Amino acid sequence: MSLDRSQVENVAQLARLQVTEDAMAATVTSLSSILDLADQLQKIDTEGVEPLSNPLDATARLRPDDVTEHNQRDAYQAIAPSAADGLYLVPKVIE
Amino acid sequence: MEWETVIGLEIHVQLSTRSKIFSGSSTQYGAEPNTQASLVDLAMPGALPVFNENALRKAVAFGLAIDAHIGKRSVFDRKNYFYPDLPKGYQITQMDDPIVGLGEVEIVLDDGSTRTIGVTRAHLEEDAGKSLHEDFEGMTGIDLNRAGTPLLEIVSEPDMRSAKEAVAYLKKIHSIVTYIGISDGNMAEGSLRCDANVSVRPKGQTEFGTRTEIKNINSFKFVEKAINVEVQRHIDVIEDGGTVTQETRLYDADKNETRSMRSKEFANDYRYFPEPDLLPVEIDDAYIQDVKDRLPELPDAKIQRFKADYGLSDYDATVLAASRAMADYFEAVVDVTKDAKLAANWCMGELAGQLNRYEQDIADSPVSAADLGLLIQRIQDNTVSNKIAKTVFEAMFRGEGSADEIIEAQGLKQVSDSGAIEAMIDEVIANNPGQVADYRSGKDKLFGFFVGQVMKASKGQANPAQVNDILKSKLQG
Repeated sequence: MSLDRSQVENVAQLARLQVTEDAMAATVTSLSSILDLADQLQKIDTEGVEPLSNPLDATARLRPDDVTEHNQRDAYQAIAPSAADGLYLVPKVIE
Repeated sequence: MEWETVIGLEIHVQLSTRSKIFSGSSTQYGAEPNTQASLVDLAMPGALPVFNENALRKAVAFGLAIDAHIGKRSVFDRKNYFYPDLPKGYQITQMDDPIVGLGEVEIVLDDGSTRTIGVTRAHLEEDAGKSLHEDFEGMTGIDLNRAGTPLLEIVSEPDMRSAKEAVAYLKKIHSIVTYIGISDGNMAEGSLRCDANVSVRPKGQTEFGTRTEIKNINSFKFVEKAINVEVQRHIDVIEDGGTVTQETRLYDADKNETRSMRSKEFANDYRYFPEPDLLPVEIDDAYIQDVKDRLPELPDAKIQRFKADYGLSDYDATVLAASRAMADYFEAVVDVTKDAKLAANWCMGELAGQLNRYEQDIADSPVSAADLGLLIQRIQDNTVSNKIAKTVFEAMFRGEGSADEIIEAQGLKQVSDSGAIEAMIDEVIANNPGQVADYRSGKDKLFGFFVGQVMKASKGQANPAQVNDILKSKLQG
């Protein structure tokens, strides 16, 4: 399976990645070769094999429902690019 | 052409845990912005999620309450999208292996008929923060207190055929989650939010029409209105020769219309994949049994018990059992009065009426069940008539005191002294000779007039049964 340029542009847009014109051809080629490898794996017969959702042979450790975190807003907001009235400020987004 | 409406609901229920689903931050509503947002909630590099057992327990409780399949192994996934109130750039949710699988609930419609609505699944996920667009010039303010609050997203089958059915289903889910205590169900505070998938098709057709999704409809009333207005829009578009576009729309309650939320250049492509920061969750039969053992009586079982134990009608039992708070209140009143029918009438009549009038929740009722019980006892022992009791109840609701205090202070005690009643009747008869003559010559209907006069003279306090008896014998002359 080979990717074309528009598919790479679409994925880059979804991931908010900027791929420069210079890097585009190389990106298309290297992403395609990764998918070729995946294609190769797809050919293996996996009949009866459970999908792997995690490579570790372990299950989740659960946390008791206790409040253990306390207000450290000032410390966190000191390193934020912009904050006011307790809110983090970002460039305007409107749906 | 005759059209059939097809509706499916996605209901997001905030689970009432103390801490967040993946961090130890508080979930308390209404705190100062960002005071309940920890490093995990802020998505600081290296901060890792740890799953809250209580969120799991509550989700399993819901699954058991709707007889659903419980996923003994469930897996978290990442749903990728960018929005500032989601700092990680993905929402942790469940895709292929949700905690709750196929289940069903039964709804009762206005005409008393029932329908079964399928629940496709319910999965755990984290809530996002809040964006405030108004207050800052050219900037959006982000409050991440809500980010990471545990949500159970309950997805229905496209089984509903009218807005009314959708509302009945939403109310049923609301009733279940508040009964089993997994959520406070407060729609105004966003504890329960609803998206509706709506489509229409010609009656008799089996394929579904193109659907639209109406986002975030946050009251029972708006669910019905939003769906009705969207259904009509679909029909208008199709009958005008157009086609419905699959899209997400927002309901504007002020204008009673829906509008397209965003013209997407790209279709949603969330690129789900298993969340590598969390291991699969496994639970065993003992865990499920433990949750089951702690489940309280569910609405349907309560309705049956109310009918059997208290002899209530289907309607009364259904209304009283609709919310756990009302059901508990009713039972507490019965405890005091030992008269279920009278207790039911007062809870559904005066109590519900006053709560409605003052827009109050039963949990905040100024009159406790015990207080109402004492008032009803005053009807039972003939201290006051039912009618006067209503006046007393209104005063109790305004905080003027207990039933006995108000009856005493306002001198509302029923007059059962037959001498006093006879005196009032004699006066009424003396003052209305014409009516007396007419009555005696056969105009029986005038009896009501005399009763009214006597009650008026006694300011409503004469014992009505005694008035009837004495009046009848005196008028016969």
